Amino acid sequence: MTLETDAPFDAPALDSVRVGIVTFPGSLDDRDAARAVRLAGGTAVPLWHGDHDLQDVDAVVVPGGFSYGDYLRAGAISRFAPLMEQITAAASGGERALPVLGICNGFQVLTEAHLLPGSMIKNNHLHFLCRDQRLRVENADTAWTASYAAGDEIVVPLKNQDGQFVADERTLDELEGEGRVVFRYVGANPNGSRRDIAGISNAAGNVVGLMPHPEHAVEAGFGPDSSAAGLVGVRGGTDGLGIFTSVLKKLVK
Amino acid sequence: MTINSSSAPTEARKFNIDTVANAAETPDVELPWAALGLKENEFDRVVEILGRRPTAAELAMYSVMWSEHCSYKSSKVHLAQFGDKVTDAMKEHLLVGIGENAGVVDIGDGWAVTFKVESHNHPSFVEPYQGAATGVGGIVRDIISMGARPVAIMDPLRFGAIDHPDTPRLVHGIVSGIGGYGNSLGLPNIGGEVVFDSVYQGNPLVNALAVGVLRHEDIRLANASGVGNKVVLFGARTGGDGIGGASVLASESFDADKPSKRPAVQVGDPFAEKVLIECCLELFKASVVEGIQDLGAAGISCATSELASNGDGGMHVELTDVLLRDPSLTPGEILMSESQERMMAVVTPANAAAFEAIMDKWNVEYSWLGEVTDTGRLIIEWDGEKIVDVDPRTVAHDGPVYHRPFHRPEWLDALQENTFDGDRPADGNALRAAVLELMASPNMCSKDWITNQYDRFVQGNTALAMPDDAGVVRVDEETGLGVAISTDANGRYSYLNPYEGARLALAEAYRNVATTGAKPLAVTDCLNFGSPEDPEVMWQFAETVRGLADACQELGVPVTGGNVSLYNQTGGVPIHPTPVVGVLGVFDDVARRTPSGWRDDGQAIYLLGTTRDELDGSEWANLRGHLGGQPPAADLTAEKTLAAILINASRDGMIDAAHDLSEGGLAAALSEAALRFGVGARIGIDELCERDGIDPFTALFSESQGRAVVSVARSEEVRFNDMCTARNYPHLRIGVVDVENGALDVQGHFTLPLEELRKAHEATLPEHFA
Repeated sequence: MTLETDAPFDAPALDSVRVGIVTFPGSLDDRDAARAVRLAGGTAVPLWHGDHDLQDVDAVVVPGGFSYGDYLRAGAISRFAPLMEQITAAASGGERALPVLGICNGFQVLTEAHLLPGSMIKNNHLHFLCRDQRLRVENADTAWTASYAAGDEIVVPLKNQDGQFVADERTLDELEGEGRVVFRYVGANPNGSRRDIAGISNAAGNVVGLMPHPEHAVEAGFGPDSSAAGLVGVRGGTDGLGIFTSVLKKLVK
Repeated sequence: MTINSSSAPTEARKFNIDTVANAAETPDVELPWAALGLKENEFDRVVEILGRRPTAAELAMYSVMWSEHCSYKSSKVHLAQFGDKVTDAMKEHLLVGIGENAGVVDIGDGWAVTFKVESHNHPSFVEPYQGAATGVGGIVRDIISMGARPVAIMDPLRFGAIDHPDTPRLVHGIVSGIGGYGNSLGLPNIGGEVVFDSVYQGNPLVNALAVGVLRHEDIRLANASGVGNKVVLFGARTGGDGIGGASVLASESFDADKPSKRPAVQVGDPFAEKVLIECCLELFKASVVEGIQDLGAAGISCATSELASNGDGGMHVELTDVLLRDPSLTPGEILMSESQERMMAVVTPANAAAFEAIMDKWNVEYSWLGEVTDTGRLIIEWDGEKIVDVDPRTVAHDGPVYHRPFHRPEWLDALQENTFDGDRPADGNALRAAVLELMASPNMCSKDWITNQYDRFVQGNTALAMPDDAGVVRVDEETGLGVAISTDANGRYSYLNPYEGARLALAEAYRNVATTGAKPLAVTDCLNFGSPEDPEVMWQFAETVRGLADACQELGVPVTGGNVSLYNQTGGVPIHPTPVVGVLGVFDDVARRTPSGWRDDGQAIYLLGTTRDELDGSEWANLRGHLGGQPPAADLTAEKTLAAILINASRDGMIDAAHDLSEGGLAAALSEAALRFGVGARIGIDELCERDGIDPFTALFSESQGRAVVSVARSEEVRFNDMCTARNYPHLRIGVVDVENGALDVQGHFTLPLEELRKAHEATLPEHFA
């Protein structure tokens, strides 16, 4: 992997990038997403689902969790939150569209909001599964993957119960044809996702959703036990940081 | 989408309300005290206290609050030792001790940690998913009640035989219940235990431990002070679930000819609990509650009587103001309901608006029920008519206390004389096969199939989790200050010798925490036993408490709280005495925690401690169907020295891996240390055999205490040796980490490729349950 960690960042400029982190009542990984933004050098701005104001943020992360309990269908209620309406509008805004990243439950919310196609159903083995997961970055041209090169592999935690990505064949062909499959599972498919798809983007590349959790592989000592490069010491994996540096670097350009 | 809050209750129903006045006028009415779990002498005592027969509502309150589960009536006289044997030095770090919802320990820099382990055994047998889920919910609410943010959970579990036809029902239900609830709360599950033994067939043990973090000034206690302050119930609505959970379910044995107890199990809603956590933390931050109590066992009965008796002594409550899920509930049922995700708080009138604003932000329902008084009476009305008029102390604290008879079982001598004389593999091939068999056995196999159903990453502070020796979480992101926790128990040891078994459980948990490099500070316990009405079980209990209290004193760590679960028996057969002991330790910086697996090629592997021929009660004996003799000796002075070595070696960077020796002995410790990161080693045991006067089989399978294996960088070997010598602790270089060979090579005896070992180790649970 070719994460450009040695590239000299303009620290003050990165710092000026404001990334909003949405909190629903059942959000769980919101503080983790905020930490990831900080560790990447940006400024995390908490956003409340019931608000109508995006507070001038430059990008948004919809984090993992169980937004409204998800008893109905993951993300089905959240898409109607006032803030989601703002995000949906801003993310669809053509050239200057807002970069949006949905992680796990956030991905589910983005599909329910029709910012991304397809849907997630229960894992094919019917269990919650938490493990270190190897992914291949298939598209390094999105707002959230520019720090990687296409074909790079990363290891980040996977943890969900409803992680099986499904879509009709035409949509899947379209995603493949347009290069919108952003992440693919490497090795055994952990949940039955169609064509091993772990993450996708919209046509413009500003909206990305993925089921695994890059925000849990950003700080040595608290991440997965391995990285794509192999053993990195206990919980030493930080392969997910590139997702967050990608958007910051794009926005300061 | 604001849900209407504090709404006027639906019109109160006037069904045969048994008022206080009515009770006084009709002394001879037959009351169902026996069906509610009260004994005749207990009912007579209630009548004596009140000077009249209780109303139906009062009877409901006394029956649940005086249950074994809530009142500790059989265990109290023994548990007093946990207080009596605490010295001032042990209390140094204790901010809140036994008696509150959970103990609170000072970990420095103004930070405190609260932690506690509880049982949810009976409900989890009846309804595994909900029983286990609400076990997590209940212990988490205890932690919130102290003013803390919950940061981690652990689950010590015990099931019946792995191949029994009922075991999959329990394993699937309980594991997915813990995962379903805990994962939805955003709490990393950082450890626990899984044991299979046929003694738990009809009585699985589902214990749940939670840890919370708070600043010293944020400690909240359960009391209702300030006359005129308002009492508010918030969270989920009150329904018909869990009625009699504490009394008729948790405080009786299972019996084939008794009715199913499913209606006594509560049903959980983790989303409601998650919202309750955030909303309580916001209440604390805004300082708008004077006292707070979670609703668990005995529901409103418990919360009102405990809040009132711990505060100014009186409370006045209008019960028709309780928001209900089921409008047909009687006042008695409302008082007894154990519906989950509810809290009760005391709020000054001046803070009421601020309180309501926070409830509205989180869409949490609430209803104002009454106010604090100084009358010394807990008065509960139903639509203005008095249905409860009691001194709350008599409900909450002055329950019956039993000095139950106990005696040492007559069968114990014969049991202790029956030492293991079974199969002792001698040649290399037999030892190799024995290690494989051990590591694939139900108790020693990989628990990944279970722990991979739990989220260990959420919150981003997990520094160690299973399968390492203890779970470690960071508390302060600036400094790295953090805590380690381990829970341990060995039911077989305790069955052979309950006094020693308790000391061994503490010794192991203490050793596990120290193995990660943390300094042990405090203890919580969950004492799981059979029926206290059986004098032999009662003796096991008494011996266990005595052993644990003595051991706490010897190791200088106080018990801060916990739980007793009795009546874990079906028919006449009790479980093994199972004292689950949790030890909390502290790190200045979790960055220096020691993992259990080897990584660096060429590092020296040392064995600390002495190995004796101690196979009785061991996993090996268990695999050969033997249970007899005496458990391994617990030498707590040695444990203290070992802990000091492990902590110093971690702090000074002398060791890079450490793993304690317990169940399965050296064979298990070497296998686990190799499998952790898939890095093998060359090991020599002949010098060890010579030094300790044992054979290779004993070296590998004995469960002698006070031992650990560590890996030491070559550059640190002199310093490490010097430290062990200075402390006069047995230490022996037994091998070298070998990254290339991909095997556990016990030289001169056998070589076990790690892939073969891993396959055997990881196949067992999927074979039975996937």
